[in-house]
Amino acid sequence: MEPPAEPSLGEPVDYGVDTLPDLYLDEAQVLRCRELAARVVQGVFDFIDRHTTVSIERTVLRLLGIAGAGPRGVPLCNLMVDRIRQVPGALEKGAAYWYGRALSARKAASPLDLLDAMSMVLRAPPAGEDEERRLRDDVRGETRAACDELLSRVRARAALRRELGTGTPPLKYVIVATGNIHEDAEQARAAAQAGADIIAVIRSTAQSLLDYVPHGATTEGYGGTYATQENFRILREALDIESRKLGRYLHLTNYSSGLCMPEIALAGAWERLDMLLNDAMYGILFRDINMKRTMCDQYFSRRICAYTGLVINTGEDNYITTADAYEAAHTVIASQLINEAFARRAGMADWQLGFGHAYEIDTARPDTLPLELSQALLVRRLFPRSPIKYMPPTKHKQGDIFFSHAYDVMADLVAATTRQGIQLLGMMTEALHTPVLMDRYVALKTADYIHRAARNLGGELTLRRDGLVVRRAHEVLDRAEKLLAETAADGLWSAIGKARFGDVARQPDGGKGLDGVAGRAPDYFNPFLEILEGRAS
Amino acid sequence: MADPHARQLIRPYGDRRDDGVVQMSFVLPVPPGSRAREAAILFVKKLGFSQALVATMEPAGRDFSFFVVYGRTAAAVDLNAIDVPEVVIRKLGFDELNAEITRRLGRKIVVVGACTGSDSHAVGIDAIMNMKGYAGDYGLERYPGFAAYNLGSQVENERLVREAKARGADAILVSQVVTQRDLHRENARQFIDLCKAEGLHGKTVLVLGGPRIDHAFALELGFDAGFGPGTRPSDVANFVFHRLVERKEAISP
Repeated sequence: MEPPAEPSLGEPVDYGVDTLPDLYLDEAQVLRCRELAARVVQGVFDFIDRHTTVSIERTVLRLLGIAGAGPRGVPLCNLMVDRIRQVPGALEKGAAYWYGRALSARKAASPLDLLDAMSMVLRAPPAGEDEERRLRDDVRGETRAACDELLSRVRARAALRRELGTGTPPLKYVIVATGNIHEDAEQARAAAQAGADIIAVIRSTAQSLLDYVPHGATTEGYGGTYATQENFRILREALDIESRKLGRYLHLTNYSSGLCMPEIALAGAWERLDMLLNDAMYGILFRDINMKRTMCDQYFSRRICAYTGLVINTGEDNYITTADAYEAAHTVIASQLINEAFARRAGMADWQLGFGHAYEIDTARPDTLPLELSQALLVRRLFPRSPIKYMPPTKHKQGDIFFSHAYDVMADLVAATTRQGIQLLGMMTEALHTPVLMDRYVALKTADYIHRAARNLGGELTLRRDGLVVRRAHEVLDRAEKLLAETAADGLWSAIGKARFGDVARQPDGGKGLDGVAGRAPDYFNPFLEILEGRAS
Repeated sequence: MADPHARQLIRPYGDRRDDGVVQMSFVLPVPPGSRAREAAILFVKKLGFSQALVATMEPAGRDFSFFVVYGRTAAAVDLNAIDVPEVVIRKLGFDELNAEITRRLGRKIVVVGACTGSDSHAVGIDAIMNMKGYAGDYGLERYPGFAAYNLGSQVENERLVREAKARGADAILVSQVVTQRDLHRENARQFIDLCKAEGLHGKTVLVLGGPRIDHAFALELGFDAGFGPGTRPSDVANFVFHRLVERKEAISP
């Protein structure tokens, strides 16, 4: 029923968690937490399984080749879906259905012709039963062919990764954010030469709120660079060349979040990205995107990630930049378990789940090192086969870059000791500006040293059963279990309404993008979803 | 202009008073080598340093060199000739301030804040307004003397002004974190224009904050005050209180 990602698309990594210090966790309690998280998620799937969104439908059209842009750079898939939405009840049948109708009305048409044909068939009476069956079969065949091409592309990525090999975890993750994709490529190469394993291109501010994916290569952005399929291609190409030069595979990541989660997931998979930020609740809490919209979009995008062997990074680190990291540690754990349950429902494997958390406890507190160690070990132990995405301090950073550097070193130490899979390196200028070249260089050089120094430290330690680290981990897990139980009882939507996560409250019909959610008709047609869910013959 | 007897010349202090030692680091877009080192020295001398000691030259990538350089400068500035507007107030403690608000104003101070425009970084406004506060300094929500409404991030100027008017705000806090391409300047200017159009300017206390904001910059744009890095919630709370008292006294002395 749940087709797991092909193992060949990515390799489980052995993090040697068994050799790390024991936290004496109650395995029965961990199991209870997972069962509660599964219940939380179940309540939402009743909605997800009966709805679709404009972004899901646009993704299907993109897969079918409607990838260009029309006049004034508006993506053609947006034009088509907007046209479908003008007819009440039409989107509920699925964009692929109307695509098939338009195609059978006008063979071998260009995408712009198809748009015209779509307007026509939207007003035409239903086709006959045979015709309906035939056009669905045609579109299914086309979808299958597109999926085969998609898979061959991601297999090529996996092959290059196997051939060259990757860095040793924690993989060193740095961001580039110049606004100009060509400049980003230059900085990404320099970072890779200085030891980076993963390059993230930060998106232009507020792209998450655009209900379309911009088209083409871009050279202007604010606080980052637009995520476009062409930008993905340019950066992946630069990293492929650099990977071969260095003899070490370089990962590329971007953001499948906001109003276009599924479209970014498809564009990312198609252009052979390795990871995507993808969180079931982040958009709701931190971008005020409607929760119904996000729930549907996260599911479809994760199905794509599962299918194409993409690793996702979840965003729990954000909770502790709004709420206090010490007080809210349990919300991170509860959310990770919920994210895991959502990901499992989408067919994802453990090696694909980079759960997020961060080194964020206020430096003014005493004993932050054992407290951070406790939290990092707890996450590591709860998800022993998952990569785990560890974020650096940001919230309590100030302009003293020398102190800031020392602060980042502590995060490096905890990351290496507890064998986090993916470490975002702290930048000493975090509080000042997007990283300049030398910030990245200094961070990479230092992390390289700390990782080498402390990689085996975790295996040397035993923790006191009655000590601070163990007691704190138990306390956090207890509170996480309580929160999960409340969330399971209330339902996820109501729990979010009560600001249970990240200190942010949202309402089911609030936020952006609700008008892009539609019910699925009984004859809803989505051949891509059929394949992703393993229902296609 | 300044009295020569009152001049107070200062220069950077490294190992001894007035040695003028400055540490700097930068990247040159060339691979390391003797010419790159000489280029770094020449560059630093062009900046006006009399000595340049290259402490580090390392490859930060194939085509880039990372430098740490120490230089000495003879340049000095006269501290007494400098006039910078500063937020000068007698800062009250948490309890004292709350008591003073009750005594002098007899009601809660209403503050509405947001990180405005497309800026999604709520960190700054949260640090000032949220209950928890920042670095052990309570946020405005914690003060019994304040009714604080934090609208979060990505709030349009129009909405901020609308909500401030609806709540009868005494003060509006605007946070601007993203400063790429001077985005913050445009956005803050537009906010002030809007406040003028809505008749809030000169009445409601308008405060700008962010990592690249300073008081002079905020005054230039038309705000009552600007707060930069290191600002504590108590700094903002005290300023807003004192400014309100000033305005009240100006009206009914």
